[in-house]
Amino acid sequence: MAAFSTRFTFRRGNRRMVLTTRKRARWRFRQPSVIPGFGLTFGFMIAYFSLIILIPLIALGIRSAGLGFDGFWRYATDPRVLGALRVSFSTALIAALVNVVFGTLLAWVLVRYRFPGRRIVDAIIDLPFALPTAVAGIALTAIYAPNGPIGAFFAPFGIRLAYTPAGIVIALIFVGLPFMVRTVQPVLEEVQHEIEEAAATLGANRWQTVTRVLLPGLTPAILTGFALAFARAVGEYGSVVFIAGNIPLVSEIAPLLIVIRLEEFNYVGATVIAAVMLMISFALLFIINLIQAWSRRRFGYAL
Amino acid sequence: MEVRVANVRKEFDRFPALHDISLDIRSGELIALLGPSGSGKTTLLRLIAGLEAPTEGAIYFGEEDASYKSVQERNVGFVFQHYALFRHMTILENISFGLKVRPSATRPPKGEIRRRALELLDLVQLSGLEKRYPNQLSGGQRQRVALARALAIEPRVLLLDEPFGALDAQVRRELRKWLREIHDNTNHTTVFVTHDQEEALELADRLVVMSQGMIEQVGSPDDVYDKPNSPFVFGFIGESSYLPVEVENKELWVGGRAIGLPAPDETTGAALLYFRPHDVELVEDGAALAGVVAASRRVGGTRRVELEIGGGKERVEIDLPFDHPAGEKSRIAFRPKRWRLFPVKG
Repeated sequence: MAAFSTRFTFRRGNRRMVLTTRKRARWRFRQPSVIPGFGLTFGFMIAYFSLIILIPLIALGIRSAGLGFDGFWRYATDPRVLGALRVSFSTALIAALVNVVFGTLLAWVLVRYRFPGRRIVDAIIDLPFALPTAVAGIALTAIYAPNGPIGAFFAPFGIRLAYTPAGIVIALIFVGLPFMVRTVQPVLEEVQHEIEEAAATLGANRWQTVTRVLLPGLTPAILTGFALAFARAVGEYGSVVFIAGNIPLVSEIAPLLIVIRLEEFNYVGATVIAAVMLMISFALLFIINLIQAWSRRRFGYAL
Repeated sequence: MEVRVANVRKEFDRFPALHDISLDIRSGELIALLGPSGSGKTTLLRLIAGLEAPTEGAIYFGEEDASYKSVQERNVGFVFQHYALFRHMTILENISFGLKVRPSATRPPKGEIRRRALELLDLVQLSGLEKRYPNQLSGGQRQRVALARALAIEPRVLLLDEPFGALDAQVRRELRKWLREIHDNTNHTTVFVTHDQEEALELADRLVVMSQGMIEQVGSPDDVYDKPNSPFVFGFIGESSYLPVEVENKELWVGGRAIGLPAPDETTGAALLYFRPHDVELVEDGAALAGVVAASRRVGGTRRVELEIGGGKERVEIDLPFDHPAGEKSRIAFRPKRWRLFPVKG
């Protein structure tokens, strides 16, 4: 933080030098701006942010810190907790990766082609946002269960989708899809047709144009979509509990384990799982954000 | 590489954009397609590039019919008005892109690609910027990168679509001169589209003036400026004034008075007289065009005067020396030194 603020002072100092030559700049909390209302809006932002996000998170930290490191470690490394965390993060990761591929494809089709029913498909994409996730979970279970229409198709081959981690992945793909489509779609719409024409005149075939020119340009948007879909999938509860089967160590997700601990009145155990999830999620999102910041700085994207 | 456009017609959704265009482009020349927006000049350029397919007619590269070849096969360099650079690639990667995407059989080795790209960067005077990204360059620099990128593939024809349209006047003039130099050094057959007549007159070996999907006139800048073959070309290239006149007894008449311009070869009847505002002489006595000054403003080194002729029915503009004492409502008599007559049809 210190290094950050000194650099600020320096830059401001420079600018001042140009303007008035004499006056020494001193560090100020806020850069001068013509837009009024900084105090009011900043205060509101801090209060709002604290009430909604910061205080609950701090409470979480304090609660789990009360255990001391050893106690925390004992709870966190409980095999059932580790299993649940592994299931949660691995299925969320797989689902987000699947969404990266097919969400981008879906966005591509919606942006690039005009076909009957395009607007309807476009509207339906948002349904997972609006639908109660429990409803989605029940519907998916009904379809993918061994006696459901799609599950029955796989059952003769001994493949079970519902009540396994595969079922969890299906549910998580469902809830994450709109995040992917909705972040890639607007960026894809912005891509100038001329870019593709330029690539073609330079001799690039269609495949080279897509992989070397278009997709790299979409990378920041795809990363954002991935981060959103992944974050949503890690925290998903409603749709998963119906389709997962919830077998400890196999298909039991961390959010469910938290609920189970709460029902056992084991508040400390629940808090520890939550704190671990929070740390892992924060670390992952932070890394994704760093990658994004890097790519945006490089290409000068205003996303 | 000679390019021949033979009887090309192009329709977009049954709306005709080009009517039966034929044009021979000579090898190594710098030719400008000039016209107002909607005249079809960009469409013609895109047809040559292969970015559009003709509805009818053919396009020949040398002796070879290129009409049904894809863009990739035609090997043309195309420069877009808004640069169309790949913004996730460095300048060097942008320039070498065309060589890198070649099939391995014809792709030069890596070191060679790099050497050639750096050489082109030097040609467009941007050495040292190879590691930058397009968004770190100014508009003029970006357009130079775009040109280097197009030249990298050793195109058979270089096509430029309003290459300086998005740049400010100063940069535009600089780049114009610079493009001429590059063309003289590399001798690529170059076709460029512009709606800026000054640019076309200054830069091109030959002009193709287009209007409403048809070619109005093809010729050297001097030809087109001095001998426009239609009222449209006269009006579009350079400044012009026009006046309805009558041809009678091998002389021009306005409002029943002879204006002292003999017309021995013109057919009798109504016609339009076209002349350049700066190409007039003031006359003290004798038959001339006379008018009352309606407005007068200083334009650089001259004074542009608007005259009402024949009691205010018609207005023409002429240029006078800036220190001419012409005030509002004063009478001025003049005769165009050079002029053209276009008969009014039916």
